[in-house]
Amino acid sequence: MAVTQLVGSKIHRREDPRLITGHGHYVDDFTRQGTAFAAFVRSPYAHARVKSIDITDASKAPGVVGVYTARDFKGLLAGTHPAAPAFVAEKKYVPERFPIAEKEVTYQGEIVAAVLAENKSQAADAANMIQVDYEDLPAVMDLEKALEKGSPKAHLDGPDNVCWDFTYTGPEITEAAFKEADVVVTQRVLQNRLAPVPMEPRGVIADYEGFDQKLTIWMSSQNPHFIRLFVSGALGLKESQVRVISPDVGGGFGSKISPYPEDYLVPALSKISERPVKWTETRSESIQNATHGRGQFYDCEVAAKKDGTLLGMRVVQYVDVGAYHGTFGAFQPVACLMAGGAYKWKGISARTIGVLTNRVPTDPYRGAGRPEATHLVERMVDLVALELKMDPVEIRRKNFIQPKDFPFTQNFGLVVDSGDYDKALDKALDLVGYKDLVKKQAELRKQGRYMGIGFSTWIELCGFGPSAATAPATGGIALVESAQVRVTPTGSVIVYTGTHSHGQGHETTFPQIVADQLGVPYESVELRHGDTAEGTAFGYGTYGSRSLAVGGVAISRATGKVIDKGKKLAAHMLEAAEEDVVFEHGSFHVKGSPDKAKAFGEVAFASYGMNLPEGMEQGLEAVAYFDPPNLVWPFGTHIAVVEIDAETGSPLLTKYVAVDDCGNIINPMIVDGQIHGGIVQAIAQALYEEVVYDDETGQLRTGTMIDYMLPSANEIPPILLDKTITPSPTNELGVKGIGEAGTIAASAAVINAICDALSPLGIKHVDMPATPDKLWKMMKEAGK
Amino acid sequence: MIPAAFEYARASSVEEASKLLSKFGEDAKVLAGGHSLIPLMRLRLAQPAALVDINGIKELDHIKEDGQKLRIGALTRHVTIHNSPVVKEKLPLLAEIASEVGDNQVRNMGTMGGVIAHADAAGDYPTLALILDAEIVTNKRTIPARDFFKDLFTTALGPDEVVTEVVFPVANGPHKYVKFRRRLFDWAIVGVAAQKMNGGWRIGLTNVGPTPVRAKAVEEALHQGAKPEEAAQHASDGLDPAGDLRASPEYKKHLARVLTKRAINQAEGRQ
Repeated sequence: MAVTQLVGSKIHRREDPRLITGHGHYVDDFTRQGTAFAAFVRSPYAHARVKSIDITDASKAPGVVGVYTARDFKGLLAGTHPAAPAFVAEKKYVPERFPIAEKEVTYQGEIVAAVLAENKSQAADAANMIQVDYEDLPAVMDLEKALEKGSPKAHLDGPDNVCWDFTYTGPEITEAAFKEADVVVTQRVLQNRLAPVPMEPRGVIADYEGFDQKLTIWMSSQNPHFIRLFVSGALGLKESQVRVISPDVGGGFGSKISPYPEDYLVPALSKISERPVKWTETRSESIQNATHGRGQFYDCEVAAKKDGTLLGMRVVQYVDVGAYHGTFGAFQPVACLMAGGAYKWKGISARTIGVLTNRVPTDPYRGAGRPEATHLVERMVDLVALELKMDPVEIRRKNFIQPKDFPFTQNFGLVVDSGDYDKALDKALDLVGYKDLVKKQAELRKQGRYMGIGFSTWIELCGFGPSAATAPATGGIALVESAQVRVTPTGSVIVYTGTHSHGQGHETTFPQIVADQLGVPYESVELRHGDTAEGTAFGYGTYGSRSLAVGGVAISRATGKVIDKGKKLAAHMLEAAEEDVVFEHGSFHVKGSPDKAKAFGEVAFASYGMNLPEGMEQGLEAVAYFDPPNLVWPFGTHIAVVEIDAETGSPLLTKYVAVDDCGNIINPMIVDGQIHGGIVQAIAQALYEEVVYDDETGQLRTGTMIDYMLPSANEIPPILLDKTITPSPTNELGVKGIGEAGTIAASAAVINAICDALSPLGIKHVDMPATPDKLWKMMKEAGK
Repeated sequence: MIPAAFEYARASSVEEASKLLSKFGEDAKVLAGGHSLIPLMRLRLAQPAALVDINGIKELDHIKEDGQKLRIGALTRHVTIHNSPVVKEKLPLLAEIASEVGDNQVRNMGTMGGVIAHADAAGDYPTLALILDAEIVTNKRTIPARDFFKDLFTTALGPDEVVTEVVFPVANGPHKYVKFRRRLFDWAIVGVAAQKMNGGWRIGLTNVGPTPVRAKAVEEALHQGAKPEEAAQHASDGLDPAGDLRASPEYKKHLARVLTKRAINQAEGRQ
């Protein structure tokens, strides 16, 4: 019998034929009979008082079912927007948030009224007819000014603009390190605000059936179970009365984790109107209202010895929270806990300050806190190297946590499970041809050309996450993962997972694991997810590179339970002792007698029959929850090569090399795809993307894809990938997450390359995005 | 986004289009490729009361050689211009510019007449039309390019006037269009057209003002025998470009100088 080895194979994504030929099922592809279409009226002001809303004309417009303002939802929706503690245990001020504003609007795009109409056009027309009388208020836009005494406030009723101010480790922790230092480098490092721009914007359909008091919601979400929890609570329904279905999801990048105002308003509108209600976000609404990412700056000092030994770091993180606390907005301070990167430090002092502004809230965006940490530490290490005239490679090697040190307890008590950072670095240096590049750089510099080589020796923590750490962070629910494996009488297998793919290829990778473990054909294993009415009681969703490292392990364990039961039944069928039965390659056989065997399918069929061992129930299925003992810790080395046009300042990426280690690999093609996508997203942050608001008025200036500079494939150089494999000791599959790695690694490599290129001009630091205009000005100034 | 409601009529001849435009009045717009108009309508930044669709007027889709002139029909798509052997031979700079407009979707739909009539400051054809003294032919008259572009999105066209063709002179000497942009499909942050013609240079700038600019000071300096890098210093003479998210006014002026030098050098086969 052929031995299958699906794990580790480049199997084409099962979902692709459907998705790339337009046969996917996204929320907008569904419409219930009798649907009313919703449109929302949004504040054009960043901060204003709502004096009055005139709905007279809109109410009379053709096709209008109803026009609604905050008052209409008051009795229907309870509570405020959930704000998880995450990495900040204590908050100073979390503004109350009702999904629709009544008296005050605090960001451009905040909803003030809703329209239901018979079709989308009529809803849009009527929404335009609603007259809102606003009184413009000063907008809080600048983080530092917002913290000054007497600053205007983002919320009129707030005490000030401080959402949180939390010190992880005080300055005393690093006193000794800074005393001992030969050099201290200081730098402010900016993190540009980013719009997530998923290919599929959000969308919600809600159908409240009054007779049965059942609510069904179709929505584009990364975690339907959490949405069920939040929305049922707000509407006063039991979780069991609400079903959330999240069909194919066209990207999320973190922006589809948290609940949104529309997620409450659309179900409430269905209840009010007694009709199914549908709303599909427009692209402009998406750029304006989907939670943004990053939007931070860091003030950082690093102390080091003359020989390059890193001693201490002091970091203060300033987070632009936006107008309201994003549900997982306080996840971003994880950047403080990861600020040490791949290196050993005597001490790190870290403080995070969350500042309320009149911008749309920030929330996790691919990498969430870890790209910021990497960018910061990799920049700072380069600055130390520059100060000491050291090779950026040597300073990294000198300070790496060594293979013998693992498990390594870092400065904030997190335990790094495994790593071999030199190995990835060596491979990347080889791949990029470092020695030749350095020679070439010297030649080009003589010709007055600006070529730079940039490094990012990144590490990541992911796979959330141990119950002990995550239950307090969410406010009670431990982030574990569930799975159910069901075997039908004819031996086909249905796997349910509580994770939910929004582009990760779970329909392919998870069946690879199960088919291998059961020794059944890959084609006979189906994956189901994204529907709270199916599978286990609770699922935890997909974010933080957790699906494989937590969800995949749960699936593997549920599969193990199925095999255990099968073994008992096979022993009975083979008239052998259970301990004498071996399961291999899809067949149960008696140890030493491979001919005395029952195939998995035969056992499955028998499990639904009558001849079972005493006390055994019919059926062949199992549920497992996996609570990981630790997080998992991928790592790698990325190297970017840039040349900057001496006349125009235009940066051109000429080469990009990445060597990443995510432990054991289920499907190398999907891993490569994840890394490619992640790198591109970080190149975009480094060179192109930035959400820009007017500093004074708070008007969004990058509201369309013309102004929000999402690069296309044309702008991206060929990316050369390789890998090392250091299995994670944290789980039996030896796997780590890879969904965010590229994004975590790449911005630092690109910006370090730019800084390296411009170092002959005395330029030490460049903030993102490094646009031609910005670089030209810096070069001009430096040349003076 | 969903556009506001509008009337729609499809014209089968230029006369019919003109009549329809008169009928609908000032708030009517001509629909050609639609790649500028429809996005504006979707954002409700434009809310025309009526669209007169000229896509059915087949005679407007043409490329004709006419002695020392090249007549490009208003409905001729960018892709057709780019692929035309006649254009490549008689006015290769136009073919080059056409190949760099937008992305594939835009090039397959967008038209010569649309770009000219829309008069976006970042449009590429208007610059070429201006420096080559092209003529814009309408259903009523012929307008020299230098009199056509009045202001940002504003032309000499009357309400019921339809662009029918643009007439360029033949010019197949050294030429180059340098289009500086961050993304391949973007509009020019600054564009520079250089065409050698009748022994002299014609130099034009895109997106450094509300209308295209002919860099006469550069042309003059070249005529006087200045080297390209010297002459190019005059490219920003008299410019007062508006800054935007992509580029500050100073940077645009700097780009005008750098790109002018590059356009001339590259036209002459130097780097």
